Amino acid sequence: MAIAVRNLTKTYNGQPAVDDISFDVRTGEILGFLGPNGAGKTTTMKIITCHMPPTGGTVEVDGLDIFDHSLAVRRKIGYLPEMNPLYMDMNVLDYLAYSAELHGIRGSAATGRIREMVHLCGLESVHFKDIGELSKGFRQRVGLAQAMIHDPEVLILDEPTSGLDPNQIVEIRHLIRQLGQAKTVILSTHILPEVQATCDRVIIINDGKLVADGSPEQLQRQYQSGESLTVELKTPSTDPLQELAPKLRVLAHVNAVTLAAHERGVARFDLAVEKGQDVREAAFRLAVSEGWIVLEMHRRVTTLEEVFHKLTTA
Amino acid sequence: MPNVANILAIFRRELRSYFNSPVAYVVIVVFLAIIGWFFTSNLFLMNIASLRVVFELVPLVLLFFVPAITMRLLAEEKKSGTLELLTTKPVRDGEIILGKFLAAWILLAAALLPTLIYVITLLVLGAPDPGPIVTGYLGLLLMGAVTIGIGLFASSITENQIVAFIIGFLIILVFFLMDKVLMYVPEGLASTIEFLGIDYHFGNIARGVVDSRDVIYFLSLLTFSLCCATVSLERRKW
Repeated sequence: MAIAVRNLTKTYNGQPAVDDISFDVRTGEILGFLGPNGAGKTTTMKIITCHMPPTGGTVEVDGLDIFDHSLAVRRKIGYLPEMNPLYMDMNVLDYLAYSAELHGIRGSAATGRIREMVHLCGLESVHFKDIGELSKGFRQRVGLAQAMIHDPEVLILDEPTSGLDPNQIVEIRHLIRQLGQAKTVILSTHILPEVQATCDRVIIINDGKLVADGSPEQLQRQYQSGESLTVELKTPSTDPLQELAPKLRVLAHVNAVTLAAHERGVARFDLAVEKGQDVREAAFRLAVSEGWIVLEMHRRVTTLEEVFHKLTTA
Repeated sequence: MPNVANILAIFRRELRSYFNSPVAYVVIVVFLAIIGWFFTSNLFLMNIASLRVVFELVPLVLLFFVPAITMRLLAEEKKSGTLELLTTKPVRDGEIILGKFLAAWILLAAALLPTLIYVITLLVLGAPDPGPIVTGYLGLLLMGAVTIGIGLFASSITENQIVAFIIGFLIILVFFLMDKVLMYVPEGLASTIEFLGIDYHFGNIARGVVDSRDVIYFLSLLTFSLCCATVSLERRKW
Protein backbone atom coordinates (compact mmCIF):
# COMPACT_ATOMS: atom_id res chain seq x y z
CA MET A 1 0.00 0.00 0.00
CA ALA A 2 2.17 2.81 -1.27
CA ILE A 3 1.54 6.49 -0.73
CA ALA A 4 2.74 9.01 -3.29
CA VAL A 5 2.83 12.68 -2.34
CA ARG A 6 3.58 15.03 -5.22
CA ASN A 7 4.29 18.77 -4.99
CA LEU A 8 1.95 19.10 -2.05
CA THR A 9 1.22 22.71 -1.11
CA LYS A 10 -1.16 24.14 1.44
CA THR A 11 -1.54 27.82 2.18
CA TYR A 12 -3.53 29.39 4.98
CA ASN A 13 -4.48 32.97 4.15
CA GLY A 14 -1.60 33.22 1.73
CA GLN A 15 0.92 31.82 4.24
CA PRO A 16 2.35 28.52 3.05
CA ALA A 17 2.14 25.82 5.73
CA VAL A 18 3.31 23.09 3.39
CA ASP A 19 5.44 24.17 0.47
CA ASP A 20 5.91 21.87 -2.50
CA ILE A 21 6.61 18.60 -0.69
CA SER A 22 7.06 15.34 -2.59
CA PHE A 23 7.82 11.95 -1.13
CA ASP A 24 6.87 8.30 -1.39
CA VAL A 25 6.08 5.82 1.30
CA ARG A 26 6.57 2.21 0.30
CA THR A 27 4.40 -0.68 1.41
CA GLY A 28 5.31 -2.01 4.82
CA GLU A 29 7.53 0.90 5.69
CA ILE A 30 7.44 2.82 8.97
CA LEU A 31 8.11 6.40 8.06
CA GLY A 32 9.11 8.93 10.70
CA PHE A 33 7.90 12.42 9.98
CA LEU A 34 10.07 14.94 11.77
CA GLY A 35 10.07 18.66 12.06
CA PRO A 36 9.81 21.43 14.61
CA ASN A 37 6.36 22.50 15.79
CA GLY A 38 4.57 24.37 13.03
CA ALA A 39 6.68 22.85 10.27
CA GLY A 40 3.65 21.42 8.49
CA LYS A 41 3.60 17.82 9.73
CA THR A 42 0.02 17.88 10.99
CA THR A 43 -1.18 19.75 7.90
CA THR A 44 0.36 17.12 5.63
CA MET A 45 -1.28 14.34 7.63
CA LYS A 46 -4.66 16.06 7.57
CA ILE A 47 -4.42 16.25 3.81
CA ILE A 48 -3.45 12.59 3.36
CA THR A 49 -6.35 11.52 5.60
CA CYS A 50 -8.83 13.60 3.52
CA HIS A 51 -9.71 15.97 6.35
CA MET A 52 -8.90 18.90 4.13
CA PRO A 53 -7.75 19.27 0.55
CA PRO A 54 -4.37 20.66 -0.52
CA THR A 55 -4.02 24.04 -2.21
CA GLY A 56 -1.88 22.37 -4.85
CA GLY A 57 -0.33 19.02 -5.65
CA THR A 58 -1.69 15.51 -5.36
CA VAL A 59 -1.65 12.60 -2.98
CA GLU A 60 -2.32 9.04 -4.08
CA VAL A 61 -2.88 6.18 -1.69
CA ASP A 62 -2.50 2.85 -3.46
CA GLY A 63 -2.98 4.65 -6.76
CA LEU A 64 -6.23 6.32 -5.63
CA ASP A 65 -6.35 10.09 -5.62
CA ILE A 66 -7.45 11.51 -2.25
CA PHE A 67 -9.79 13.92 -3.96
CA ASP A 68 -11.45 11.72 -6.59
CA HIS A 69 -11.71 8.61 -4.41
CA SER A 70 -11.97 10.20 -1.00
CA LEU A 71 -14.22 7.55 0.58
CA ALA A 72 -12.15 4.66 -0.79
CA VAL A 73 -8.95 6.25 0.51
CA ARG A 74 -10.49 6.85 3.94
CA ARG A 75 -11.45 3.17 4.11
CA LYS A 76 -7.79 2.21 3.73
CA ILE A 77 -6.45 4.63 6.34
CA GLY A 78 -6.43 4.43 10.11
CA TYR A 79 -5.75 7.80 11.69
CA LEU A 80 -4.79 8.93 15.14
CA PRO A 81 -5.05 12.74 15.15
CA GLU A 82 -2.84 15.02 17.17
CA MET A 83 -3.96 15.35 20.82
CA ASN A 84 -5.96 12.13 20.35
CA PRO A 85 -9.52 13.51 20.44
CA LEU A 86 -12.04 11.03 21.88
CA TYR A 87 -15.66 11.06 23.02
CA MET A 88 -15.19 11.35 26.77
CA ASP A 89 -18.78 10.32 27.55
CA MET A 90 -18.59 6.95 25.76
CA ASN A 91 -17.22 3.77 27.21
CA VAL A 92 -14.38 2.00 25.47
CA LEU A 93 -16.45 -0.80 23.93
CA ASP A 94 -19.19 1.52 22.70
CA TYR A 95 -16.63 3.81 21.17
CA LEU A 96 -14.86 0.99 19.36
CA ALA A 97 -18.23 -0.34 18.17
CA TYR A 98 -19.10 3.12 16.84
CA SER A 99 -15.77 3.38 15.02
CA ALA A 100 -16.28 -0.08 13.52
CA GLU A 101 -19.80 0.81 12.45
CA LEU A 102 -18.64 3.93 10.64
CA HIS A 103 -16.22 1.71 8.76
CA GLY A 104 -19.08 -0.54 7.74
CA ILE A 105 -18.08 -3.38 10.08
CA ARG A 106 -21.18 -4.72 11.80
CA GLY A 107 -22.56 -7.71 13.65
CA SER A 108 -20.29 -10.59 14.54
CA ALA A 109 -17.43 -9.26 12.41
CA ALA A 110 -17.47 -6.11 14.55
CA THR A 111 -17.56 -8.07 17.80
CA GLY A 112 -14.56 -10.08 16.65
CA ARG A 113 -12.55 -7.03 15.61
CA ILE A 114 -13.36 -5.20 18.84
CA ARG A 115 -12.30 -8.18 20.94
CA GLU A 116 -9.08 -8.41 18.95
CA MET A 117 -8.30 -4.71 19.38
CA VAL A 118 -9.09 -4.76 23.09
CA HIS A 119 -6.67 -7.66 23.46
CA LEU A 120 -3.98 -6.22 21.20
CA CYS A 121 -4.02 -2.79 22.84
CA GLY A 122 -4.28 -4.16 26.38
CA LEU A 123 -7.67 -2.62 27.15
CA GLU A 124 -9.24 -5.63 28.92
CA SER A 125 -9.17 -4.01 32.35
CA VAL A 126 -10.92 -0.82 31.24
CA HIS A 127 -13.31 -1.82 28.48
CA PHE A 128 -16.45 -0.87 30.44
CA LYS A 129 -15.06 2.43 31.67
CA ASP A 130 -15.92 5.81 30.21
CA ILE A 131 -13.04 7.18 28.16
CA GLY A 132 -13.12 10.35 30.26
CA GLU A 133 -12.09 8.32 33.31
CA LEU A 134 -9.05 6.76 31.68
CA SER A 135 -5.43 7.78 32.15
CA LYS A 136 -3.58 9.31 29.25
CA GLY A 137 -1.77 6.08 28.46
CA PHE A 138 -5.02 4.14 28.18
CA ARG A 139 -6.60 6.89 26.12
CA GLN A 140 -3.71 6.66 23.70
CA ARG A 141 -4.30 2.93 23.40
CA VAL A 142 -8.00 3.55 22.75
CA GLY A 143 -6.94 6.01 20.04
CA LEU A 144 -4.72 3.37 18.47
CA ALA A 145 -7.42 0.69 18.76
CA GLN A 146 -9.86 3.04 17.04
CA ALA A 147 -7.38 3.71 14.24
CA MET A 148 -6.80 -0.02 13.75
CA ILE A 149 -10.38 -1.22 14.09
CA HIS A 150 -10.92 -1.81 10.37
CA ASP A 151 -7.50 -3.39 9.87
CA PRO A 152 -6.34 -0.55 7.60
CA GLU A 153 -3.43 -0.96 5.27
CA VAL A 154 -2.13 2.49 6.14
CA LEU A 155 -1.73 3.91 9.64
CA ILE A 156 -1.20 7.61 10.13
CA LEU A 157 -0.25 8.58 13.66
CA ASP A 158 0.22 12.20 14.65
CA GLU A 159 2.46 12.38 17.70
CA PRO A 160 1.26 9.11 19.20
CA THR A 161 3.49 9.36 22.27
CA SER A 162 3.13 13.01 23.21
CA GLY A 163 2.30 13.56 26.86
CA LEU A 164 3.04 10.00 27.96
CA ASP A 165 5.43 8.95 30.68
CA PRO A 166 8.62 7.08 29.70
CA ASN A 167 7.16 3.65 30.46
CA GLN A 168 4.04 4.35 28.43
CA ILE A 169 6.18 5.67 25.58
CA VAL A 170 8.06 2.37 25.46
CA GLU A 171 4.76 0.45 25.50
CA ILE A 172 3.17 2.49 22.72
CA ARG A 173 6.34 2.34 20.68
CA HIS A 174 6.37 -1.40 21.05
CA LEU A 175 2.72 -1.55 20.06
CA ILE A 176 3.37 0.52 16.94
CA ARG A 177 6.29 -1.72 15.98
CA GLN A 178 4.10 -4.75 16.44
CA LEU A 179 1.13 -3.33 14.55
CA GLY A 180 3.32 -1.81 11.88
CA GLN A 181 4.81 -5.10 10.72
CA ALA A 182 2.32 -5.64 7.94
CA LYS A 183 1.28 -2.04 7.40
CA THR A 184 2.47 1.18 5.95
CA VAL A 185 2.89 3.61 8.81
CA ILE A 186 3.48 7.34 8.87
CA LEU A 187 4.39 8.56 12.30
CA SER A 188 5.03 12.16 13.25
CA THR A 189 6.98 13.06 16.32
CA HIS A 190 9.60 15.36 17.65
CA ILE A 191 11.07 12.80 19.99
CA LEU A 192 14.14 11.71 18.09
CA PRO A 193 15.10 8.52 19.95
CA GLU A 194 11.62 7.34 19.06
CA VAL A 195 12.43 7.61 15.39
CA GLN A 196 15.62 5.67 15.80
CA ALA A 197 13.74 3.02 17.75
CA THR A 198 10.76 2.60 15.45
CA CYS A 199 11.27 3.99 11.97
CA ASP A 200 12.77 2.54 8.82
CA ARG A 201 12.94 5.88 7.15
CA VAL A 202 12.88 9.51 8.18
CA ILE A 203 11.62 12.64 6.51
CA ILE A 204 12.51 15.98 8.03
CA ILE A 205 10.50 19.04 7.10
CA ASN A 206 11.13 22.60 8.15
CA ASP A 207 9.02 25.66 7.34
CA GLY A 208 6.85 23.54 5.07
CA LYS A 209 9.80 22.32 3.01
CA LEU A 210 11.35 18.90 2.80
CA VAL A 211 14.93 19.09 4.03
CA ALA A 212 15.98 15.47 4.42
CA ASP A 213 14.81 12.00 3.40
CA GLY A 214 16.56 8.72 4.26
CA SER A 215 17.06 6.04 6.87
CA PRO A 216 18.20 7.28 10.30
CA GLU A 217 21.67 5.78 9.66
CA GLN A 218 21.90 7.38 6.23
CA LEU A 219 21.06 10.79 7.61
CA GLN A 220 23.57 10.45 10.37
CA ARG A 221 26.27 9.51 7.91
CA GLN A 222 25.30 12.20 5.45
CA TYR A 223 25.35 15.04 7.93
CA GLN A 224 28.30 13.84 9.92
CA SER A 225 30.98 16.47 10.25
CA GLY A 226 33.48 14.09 11.81
CA GLU A 227 33.70 11.71 14.68
CA SER A 228 35.07 12.30 18.08
CA LEU A 229 36.73 9.97 20.50
CA THR A 230 36.64 10.50 24.24
CA VAL A 231 39.52 9.00 26.21
CA GLU A 232 39.82 9.03 29.98
CA LEU A 233 43.30 8.33 31.31
CA LYS A 234 44.67 7.86 34.80
CA THR A 235 47.99 9.65 34.99
CA PRO A 236 50.23 11.02 37.74
CA SER A 237 51.06 13.97 35.50
CA THR A 238 50.09 17.37 36.92
CA ASP A 239 49.90 19.03 33.52
CA PRO A 240 48.35 16.53 31.11
CA LEU A 241 47.64 19.20 28.50
CA GLN A 242 51.37 19.82 28.07
CA GLU A 243 52.63 16.32 28.66
CA LEU A 244 50.00 13.97 27.22
CA ALA A 245 48.06 15.93 24.65
CA PRO A 246 50.90 16.41 22.13
CA LYS A 247 51.48 12.65 22.07
CA LEU A 248 47.81 12.01 21.31
CA ARG A 249 47.81 14.75 18.71
CA VAL A 250 50.47 13.06 16.60
CA LEU A 251 48.36 9.91 16.14
CA ALA A 252 47.27 9.46 12.52
CA HIS A 253 43.87 11.03 11.56
CA VAL A 254 43.59 13.02 14.80
CA ASN A 255 42.85 16.64 13.97
CA ALA A 256 42.73 18.19 17.41
CA VAL A 257 42.97 17.28 21.07
CA THR A 258 41.25 19.11 23.87
CA LEU A 259 41.41 18.49 27.58
CA ALA A 260 37.82 18.22 28.75
CA ALA A 261 38.50 17.61 32.44
CA HIS A 262 41.34 16.96 34.81
CA GLU A 263 40.61 15.90 38.33
CA ARG A 264 42.35 13.72 40.93
CA GLY A 265 44.85 12.30 38.51
CA VAL A 266 42.27 11.50 35.83
CA ALA A 267 42.46 13.39 32.55
CA ARG A 268 39.70 13.35 29.98
CA PHE A 269 40.55 14.18 26.39
CA ASP A 270 38.31 14.79 23.41
CA LEU A 271 39.95 13.84 20.14
CA ALA A 272 38.52 15.19 16.90
CA VAL A 273 38.95 12.44 14.35
CA GLU A 274 38.69 12.54 10.58
CA LYS A 275 35.39 11.36 9.16
CA GLY A 276 35.17 7.61 8.86
CA GLN A 277 38.42 6.86 10.72
CA ASP A 278 38.77 4.70 13.79
CA VAL A 279 41.74 5.59 15.99
CA ARG A 280 40.80 3.57 19.05
CA GLU A 281 43.42 0.90 18.48
CA ALA A 282 46.20 3.43 17.93
CA ALA A 283 45.15 5.32 21.03
CA PHE A 284 45.16 2.14 23.07
CA ARG A 285 48.64 1.13 21.85
CA LEU A 286 49.94 4.60 22.65
CA ALA A 287 48.50 4.39 26.16
CA VAL A 288 50.12 0.99 26.70
CA SER A 289 53.52 2.13 25.49
CA GLU A 290 53.32 5.27 27.64
CA GLY A 291 52.07 3.38 30.67
CA TRP A 292 48.77 5.36 30.90
CA ILE A 293 45.85 3.55 32.36
CA VAL A 294 42.78 3.74 30.12
CA LEU A 295 39.68 4.14 32.27
CA GLU A 296 37.26 4.83 29.47
CA MET A 297 37.25 5.22 25.74
CA HIS A 298 34.26 5.74 23.48
CA ARG A 299 33.43 6.98 20.03
CA ARG A 300 30.73 9.51 19.54
CA VAL A 301 29.03 9.79 16.15
CA THR A 302 26.63 12.49 15.02
CA THR A 303 23.25 11.83 16.57
CA LEU A 304 19.93 12.33 14.87
CA GLU A 305 19.41 15.23 17.28
CA GLU A 306 22.37 17.00 15.76
CA VAL A 307 21.20 16.28 12.24
CA PHE A 308 17.75 17.58 13.14
CA HIS A 309 19.15 20.67 14.79
CA LYS A 310 21.41 21.41 11.87
CA LEU A 311 18.64 21.05 9.30
CA THR A 312 15.90 22.92 11.10
CA THR A 313 17.78 25.94 12.43
CA ALA A 314 19.24 27.36 9.27
CA MET B 1 -26.57 8.15 -2.47
CA PRO B 2 -26.27 8.65 1.29
CA ASN B 3 -25.33 5.61 3.29
CA VAL B 4 -28.25 4.97 5.64
CA ALA B 5 -26.19 2.76 7.96
CA ASN B 6 -23.74 5.62 8.57
CA ILE B 7 -26.57 8.04 9.29
CA LEU B 8 -28.08 5.57 11.76
CA ALA B 9 -24.72 5.00 13.47
CA ILE B 10 -24.29 8.72 14.02
CA PHE B 11 -27.93 9.11 15.03
CA ARG B 12 -27.65 6.39 17.69
CA ARG B 13 -24.45 7.81 19.14
CA GLU B 14 -25.92 11.32 19.38
CA LEU B 15 -29.15 10.12 20.92
CA ARG B 16 -27.29 8.03 23.47
CA SER B 17 -25.07 10.98 24.24
CA TYR B 18 -28.18 13.09 24.96
CA PHE B 19 -29.57 10.52 27.35
CA ASN B 20 -26.21 9.70 28.96
CA SER B 21 -25.82 13.29 30.06
CA PRO B 22 -28.21 15.47 32.04
CA VAL B 23 -28.97 17.50 28.88
CA ALA B 24 -31.95 15.47 27.74
CA TYR B 25 -33.53 15.16 31.17
CA VAL B 26 -33.13 18.81 32.17
CA VAL B 27 -34.46 20.01 28.84
CA ILE B 28 -37.42 17.62 28.83
CA VAL B 29 -38.40 18.41 32.42
CA VAL B 30 -38.27 22.16 31.85
CA PHE B 31 -40.21 21.79 28.61
CA LEU B 32 -42.91 19.70 30.26
CA ALA B 33 -43.15 22.02 33.25
CA ILE B 34 -43.79 25.02 31.04
CA ILE B 35 -46.27 23.23 28.78
CA GLY B 36 -47.97 21.73 31.84
CA TRP B 37 -48.48 25.16 33.33
CA PHE B 38 -50.10 26.48 30.14
CA PHE B 39 -52.26 23.41 29.85
CA THR B 40 -53.55 23.22 33.40
CA SER B 41 -54.14 26.93 33.83
CA ASN B 42 -56.13 26.93 30.61
CA LEU B 43 -58.09 23.79 31.39
CA PHE B 44 -59.00 24.39 35.01
CA LEU B 45 -59.26 28.15 35.15
CA MET B 46 -61.06 28.69 31.89
CA ASN B 47 -62.80 25.35 31.60
CA ILE B 48 -61.96 24.87 27.93
CA ALA B 49 -61.25 21.33 26.71
CA SER B 50 -58.80 22.30 23.99
CA LEU B 51 -55.08 22.37 23.34
CA ARG B 52 -55.34 25.60 21.36
CA VAL B 53 -53.61 27.74 23.96
CA VAL B 54 -50.87 25.14 24.32
CA PHE B 55 -50.25 25.08 20.59
CA GLU B 56 -50.15 28.86 20.53
CA LEU B 57 -47.42 28.95 23.17
CA VAL B 58 -45.27 25.94 22.27
CA PRO B 59 -43.57 27.75 19.35
CA LEU B 60 -42.36 30.33 21.85
CA VAL B 61 -40.95 27.57 24.04
CA LEU B 62 -39.25 25.94 21.02
CA LEU B 63 -37.50 29.23 20.38
CA PHE B 64 -35.42 28.60 23.51
CA PHE B 65 -35.61 24.84 23.67
CA VAL B 66 -34.31 23.98 20.19
CA PRO B 67 -31.08 26.02 20.21
CA ALA B 68 -30.36 24.50 23.63
CA ILE B 69 -30.48 20.97 22.24
CA THR B 70 -28.72 21.71 18.96
CA MET B 71 -25.93 24.00 20.15
CA ARG B 72 -23.54 21.22 21.08
CA LEU B 73 -24.11 18.95 18.09
CA LEU B 74 -21.25 20.21 15.94
CA ALA B 75 -19.65 22.97 18.02
CA GLU B 76 -18.56 20.49 20.67
CA GLU B 77 -17.05 18.11 18.14
CA LYS B 78 -15.20 20.97 16.52
CA LYS B 79 -13.82 22.15 19.82
CA SER B 80 -12.74 18.75 21.11
CA GLY B 81 -11.32 17.70 17.74
CA THR B 82 -13.52 14.63 17.41
CA LEU B 83 -14.93 16.08 14.19
CA GLU B 84 -11.61 15.19 12.61
CA LEU B 85 -12.20 11.56 13.58
CA LEU B 86 -15.57 11.65 11.85
CA THR B 87 -14.42 13.40 8.68
CA THR B 88 -11.52 10.99 8.20
CA LYS B 89 -13.84 8.00 8.44
CA PRO B 90 -15.56 6.89 5.22
CA VAL B 91 -18.59 9.04 6.04
CA ARG B 92 -19.94 11.92 3.97
CA ASP B 93 -20.47 15.31 5.56
CA GLY B 94 -24.16 15.18 4.66
CA GLU B 95 -24.51 11.88 6.52
CA ILE B 96 -23.04 13.46 9.66
CA ILE B 97 -25.55 16.31 9.41
CA LEU B 98 -28.52 13.99 8.82
CA GLY B 99 -27.59 11.68 11.70
CA LYS B 100 -27.28 14.57 14.11
CA PHE B 101 -30.46 16.17 12.86
CA LEU B 102 -32.42 12.97 13.43
CA ALA B 103 -31.08 12.60 16.97
CA ALA B 104 -32.18 16.10 17.96
CA TRP B 105 -35.54 15.60 16.27
CA ILE B 106 -36.19 12.36 18.12
CA LEU B 107 -35.24 14.08 21.39
CA LEU B 108 -37.82 16.75 20.61
CA ALA B 109 -40.39 14.06 19.84
CA ALA B 110 -39.49 12.37 23.14
CA ALA B 111 -40.15 15.65 24.92
CA LEU B 112 -43.52 15.95 23.19
CA LEU B 113 -44.52 12.37 23.91
CA PRO B 114 -45.48 12.87 27.60
CA THR B 115 -47.78 15.73 26.59
CA LEU B 116 -50.09 13.06 25.12
CA ILE B 117 -51.23 12.66 28.74
CA TYR B 118 -52.91 16.05 28.35
CA VAL B 119 -54.68 14.77 25.27
CA ILE B 120 -55.92 11.75 27.18
CA THR B 121 -57.02 13.98 30.05
CA LEU B 122 -59.00 16.09 27.60
CA LEU B 123 -60.61 13.05 26.05
CA VAL B 124 -61.66 11.89 29.50
CA LEU B 125 -62.92 15.22 30.75
CA GLY B 126 -64.50 16.61 27.64
CA ALA B 127 -65.04 16.17 23.94
CA PRO B 128 -62.26 18.04 22.15
CA ASP B 129 -62.14 18.30 18.37
CA PRO B 130 -59.52 15.67 17.41
CA GLY B 131 -58.58 17.32 14.09
CA PRO B 132 -56.64 20.33 15.40
CA ILE B 133 -54.93 18.16 18.02
CA VAL B 134 -53.55 15.71 15.45
CA THR B 135 -52.50 18.43 13.04
CA GLY B 136 -51.16 20.50 15.94
CA TYR B 137 -48.75 17.71 16.80
CA LEU B 138 -47.85 17.30 13.13
CA GLY B 139 -47.20 21.04 12.95
CA LEU B 140 -45.01 20.91 16.04
CA LEU B 141 -42.92 18.11 14.56
CA LEU B 142 -42.53 20.02 11.29
CA MET B 143 -41.72 23.26 13.00
CA GLY B 144 -39.36 21.42 15.34
CA ALA B 145 -37.57 19.89 12.36
CA VAL B 146 -37.06 23.28 10.71
CA THR B 147 -35.83 24.96 13.87
CA ILE B 148 -33.48 22.04 14.57
CA GLY B 149 -32.09 22.42 11.05
CA ILE B 150 -31.44 26.09 11.77
CA GLY B 151 -29.90 25.29 15.16
CA LEU B 152 -27.67 22.67 13.57
CA PHE B 153 -26.47 25.21 11.04
CA ALA B 154 -25.71 27.65 13.88
CA SER B 155 -23.74 24.91 15.61
CA SER B 156 -21.75 24.23 12.45
CA ILE B 157 -20.36 27.73 12.09
CA THR B 158 -18.65 28.03 15.46
CA GLU B 159 -16.85 25.91 18.01
CA ASN B 160 -18.36 27.86 20.90
CA GLN B 161 -21.65 26.41 22.16
CA ILE B 162 -22.87 29.70 23.63
CA VAL B 163 -22.32 31.43 20.31
CA ALA B 164 -24.12 28.56 18.58
CA PHE B 165 -27.07 28.98 20.95
CA ILE B 166 -27.32 32.73 20.41
CA ILE B 167 -27.00 32.55 16.63
CA GLY B 168 -29.53 29.72 16.44
CA PHE B 169 -31.90 31.63 18.69
CA LEU B 170 -31.59 34.80 16.63
CA ILE B 171 -32.20 33.12 13.28
CA ILE B 172 -35.23 31.25 14.62
CA LEU B 173 -36.45 34.49 16.24
CA VAL B 174 -36.30 36.27 12.88
CA PHE B 175 -38.46 33.57 11.24
CA PHE B 176 -40.73 33.54 14.28
CA LEU B 177 -41.31 37.30 14.24
CA MET B 178 -41.87 37.65 10.50
CA ASP B 179 -45.66 37.36 10.60
CA LYS B 180 -45.81 39.59 13.70
CA VAL B 181 -44.15 42.69 12.31
CA LEU B 182 -46.33 43.07 9.24
CA MET B 183 -47.56 46.48 10.30
CA TYR B 184 -44.02 47.82 9.98
CA VAL B 185 -43.32 46.58 6.46
CA PRO B 186 -44.46 48.11 3.16
CA GLU B 187 -47.80 46.76 2.03
CA GLY B 188 -46.41 45.22 -1.16
CA LEU B 189 -44.00 43.08 0.84
CA ALA B 190 -46.39 42.12 3.61
CA SER B 191 -47.71 38.92 2.08
CA THR B 192 -44.22 37.70 1.17
CA ILE B 193 -42.90 38.39 4.65
CA GLU B 194 -45.90 36.72 6.18
CA PHE B 195 -45.36 33.66 4.01
CA LEU B 196 -41.77 33.38 5.29
CA GLY B 197 -42.93 33.45 8.92
CA ILE B 198 -42.62 30.13 10.65
CA ASP B 199 -45.43 30.77 13.12
CA TYR B 200 -47.83 31.71 10.31
CA HIS B 201 -47.52 28.27 8.73
CA PHE B 202 -47.64 26.53 12.08
CA GLY B 203 -50.78 28.46 12.92
CA ASN B 204 -52.38 27.30 9.67
CA ILE B 205 -51.63 23.67 10.37
CA ALA B 206 -52.57 23.87 14.06
CA ARG B 207 -56.00 25.14 13.06
CA GLY B 208 -56.66 21.69 11.66
CA VAL B 209 -55.99 22.20 7.97
CA VAL B 210 -52.95 20.56 6.47
CA ASP B 211 -52.34 22.59 3.35
CA SER B 212 -49.61 21.47 0.95
CA ARG B 213 -48.30 25.06 0.88
CA ASP B 214 -47.49 24.93 4.58
CA VAL B 215 -45.95 21.47 4.36
CA ILE B 216 -43.85 22.49 1.36
CA TYR B 217 -42.73 25.60 3.21
CA PHE B 218 -41.50 23.55 6.16
CA LEU B 219 -39.84 20.90 4.02
CA SER B 220 -38.07 23.40 1.81
CA LEU B 221 -36.84 25.48 4.74
CA LEU B 222 -35.65 22.27 6.41
CA THR B 223 -33.78 21.14 3.28
CA PHE B 224 -32.27 24.58 2.91
CA SER B 225 -31.04 24.73 6.49
CA LEU B 226 -29.56 21.21 6.35
CA CYS B 227 -27.80 22.08 3.10
CA CYS B 228 -26.40 25.22 4.71
CA ALA B 229 -25.14 23.14 7.64
CA THR B 230 -23.50 20.64 5.27
CA VAL B 231 -21.84 23.36 3.24
CA SER B 232 -20.67 25.02 6.43
CA LEU B 233 -19.12 21.71 7.54
CA GLU B 234 -17.42 21.38 4.17
CA ARG B 235 -16.07 24.88 4.52
CA ARG B 236 -12.87 23.46 6.06
CA LYS B 237 -12.12 22.25 2.53
CA TRP B 238 -12.20 25.69 0.93
